Amino acid sequence: MPAELPSPELHRATLSNGLRVLIVPDPDTPVVGVAVHVDVGFRSEPEGRTGFAHLFEHLMFQGSESLEKLAHFRHVQGSGGVFNGSTHQDYTDYFQVLPAAGLERALFLEADRLRAPKLTIENLRNQVDVVKEEIRLNVLNRPYGGFPWILLPPVLYDTFPNAHNGYGDFSELEQASLDDAAAFFDTYYAPGNAQVTVAGYLDVEETLRLVEKHFGDIPARPTPHRPSFFEPIPGAERRQAVPDAHAPLPALALGYRLPDPAADLDGYLGHMLLASVLSDGEAARLQRRLVHADGLVTDISASAGLMGQLDARDPDTFTITAVHPGSVDPDRVVAAVDEELDKLAAEGPSTDELSRQVARWSAGLHQENDRVMYRMLGLGARELLYGRAEIADELPGRLAAVTPDQVRSAAAALRSAGRGVLLVEPAADQGENE
Amino acid sequence: MTGTASHRTAEEIGRTEAGPRPLPPLGSTREVPLPNVEESTLPNGLRVLAARRASVPMAEVRLRVPFAGDDPTHSAVSELLSSTLLTGTATRDRIGIDDELAAVGADLGVSVDPERLMVSGSGLASGLSEVLAVLGDVLTAAAHPDAEVNRERERLVERITVARSQPRTVAREALQRKRFGDHPITREMPTEAEVAAVTAEQVRALQAAALVPRGSILTIVGDIEPAEAIAHVEKQLAGWTSDSSARELSAPPAIVPGDLELVHRPGSVQSQLRLSAPAVRRTDPDYAALQLANLVFGGYFSSRWMENIREDKGYTYGAHSGVEFVPGGAVLGVDTDVASNVTAAALLETRYELGKLTAVPPTAAEVDSGRAYAIGSLLISLDSQGGLASTISALAADGLGLDWLRGHPARLESVTTEQVAAAALRYFTPTAFTGVVVGDADVIGEGVRALGGITGP
Repeated sequence: MPAELPSPELHRATLSNGLRVLIVPDPDTPVVGVAVHVDVGFRSEPEGRTGFAHLFEHLMFQGSESLEKLAHFRHVQGSGGVFNGSTHQDYTDYFQVLPAAGLERALFLEADRLRAPKLTIENLRNQVDVVKEEIRLNVLNRPYGGFPWILLPPVLYDTFPNAHNGYGDFSELEQASLDDAAAFFDTYYAPGNAQVTVAGYLDVEETLRLVEKHFGDIPARPTPHRPSFFEPIPGAERRQAVPDAHAPLPALALGYRLPDPAADLDGYLGHMLLASVLSDGEAARLQRRLVHADGLVTDISASAGLMGQLDARDPDTFTITAVHPGSVDPDRVVAAVDEELDKLAAEGPSTDELSRQVARWSAGLHQENDRVMYRMLGLGARELLYGRAEIADELPGRLAAVTPDQVRSAAAALRSAGRGVLLVEPAADQGENE
Repeated sequence: MTGTASHRTAEEIGRTEAGPRPLPPLGSTREVPLPNVEESTLPNGLRVLAARRASVPMAEVRLRVPFAGDDPTHSAVSELLSSTLLTGTATRDRIGIDDELAAVGADLGVSVDPERLMVSGSGLASGLSEVLAVLGDVLTAAAHPDAEVNRERERLVERITVARSQPRTVAREALQRKRFGDHPITREMPTEAEVAAVTAEQVRALQAAALVPRGSILTIVGDIEPAEAIAHVEKQLAGWTSDSSARELSAPPAIVPGDLELVHRPGSVQSQLRLSAPAVRRTDPDYAALQLANLVFGGYFSSRWMENIREDKGYTYGAHSGVEFVPGGAVLGVDTDVASNVTAAALLETRYELGKLTAVPPTAAEVDSGRAYAIGSLLISLDSQGGLASTISALAADGLGLDWLRGHPARLESVTTEQVAAAALRYFTPTAFTGVVVGDADVIGEGVRALGGITGP
């Protein structure tokens, strides 16, 4: 039943310095968005410098040749716009959404820092402090901090890129030097390693002219070699328990490997729908069994992608997370999940069950499409990661084509491979460790 | 560190031959008029608002029911009612309700606070009638079955336990008590014991008495024909009737300025600063000037307070001030989380910036920047069905329509720098504030007490 999203108008170009450009007009909105995606995420940061990719993202807001410290924020907001940036496994994005009048200004602001960011020791020290506050806020001073995105990868993965903490250790953040920042920028922020996405109310030809005007004279630099982060899928279960000084109830996370979306998109989509069949809505399998019938968990959730669907290259993680009462042995939770997976691996979901989940996905994608910011970021990330922004718009149709047998196969794949099991154990008496 | 043989220095990176470049001017933004809102009041007293925004083939639904209560058990019973509203009726069970919604790509969620109960959701526009049928059924015939109430009660207790371990919840509860005493507005989250004592009979009785159409507002926005949507509502919700009216929350007491209360949270590595002072509502002649004064102080990233304690001092990841509406009035909130060892320093800077806003009032450039942001971010927030639906619903609860919104950019444009200075002096004077500091008192106590104006352990 879900219709394809309206066929998008995607315009592509590559500047002579290698910068890729994606332009997506939308005549119905009064706003415009500009995003720069850089092909480096926290998987690429070197050993001894955990958290550096994210710290560097902060530094990119601290001024550039034409813009004093604070000027970037002031110009975006003083033009009526909003901004942000975020660091993912394989990419870092910087973006603004403004009333359409701000288009050229937004391109100027993004180009200036991609060309010549002002990296200073004062700003580095200041942003190390800010990042440490961000980590205290989101990890150290709250229950379930970093659950599961920081805590699960070291259980499932062996290599540094996949296993380490992308927020970083305080001691390594403190050791970061200005020269580290210069090397990181020169290596990874080459124009040939980046992509500009412009979406919203715009004229395609004029926008392309403005992109060329502002980004065109950034000198080309060598584009870094992009390593594979592949590592073998574990053959057995690995288990690890971590204490949480703030958590009142235990929690657990199961981590499995996903198919490579670049090589086997349909296999990946089968896992996306498996996650929905397991946990989306009151009628989902794990809700019915673990939350209601057995009363084992307070809440449970399954999802494809550690930081979101189709948000990373291979390898990425399928997760099932649950919070449960202390009176319930975690092995009972794991056993019940396994039984539900076994049922799905044997018989698959019913056609109706699957089509209801597809209808919800389709509706959710429409909603995402309704906001210039999400639409722009979704198209930009898929273009950067997989070279096909179209994936974002084809999703409803491709999900609708997924068969119950493909979801059955996904469940069977999870059951036949190794996995990581993370147990978060309340430890109210433990001292804080920062 | 990246293993490359050579790279430019930071200084070389920050300079080009051409040198700094000028900021381009702004272009123009096209006008996208806000849609007309069609309105109808049903015979049962329910106000229905519907607007067409056909950007995607979806429809957004917001039902707002004033839901105040004085009884000490009200918060616990209403939380449980909210958790079991979608778990069964005379003709549908929990699974059936979810299956019917999912079939049309829809989701409904229920939330409750001391002021109102909200049923919010969205679905494919073609399935609006099915969504309203489910909504009508739960409003008239939710059974709150014993087994569902029993299970949701257990889960609610567990969720509350988790929520109370969050520093932001601890800080919010302390702030509400500090500024509103024991007024019902403070009962945002019941205790575990209160929830454990609630019976299914109490939940069903509250539904009959309080979940009523008169005084409630249903807002629908999306790829719909408003008249048709209203006709669907009339059909599906006609059976929802009651002799009584939905209960509005009374106005909380006015904030009494005073010392900040230090609240001990053992083991904290950060402290929550939560300061608050009286403010005014949207219809007050001062509102636009207050909005701009607030932006200059701490209402957006490019504010004095944020630039000071984050971008200059590195004390925090975020600092935010804003206006919160409460029945009969409004309050100003000044919130930040800072590391324990800089708590006193951050408090000092916060008081300094409050005083500075009154003594060194916002400049014309600061006011212009805030004005552009207020107008632009409003435009962006309304550029989706969901954003528009939530805004229409919130304004309607305040007795306002989209005309207020249409006129607001002009009001912001007409505010003078002097008016913003006057608002800064009236609403940001440091002596107008009260509040709390939550953290490990053994670590931060001595430092913050030395600054004065602190009570508590």
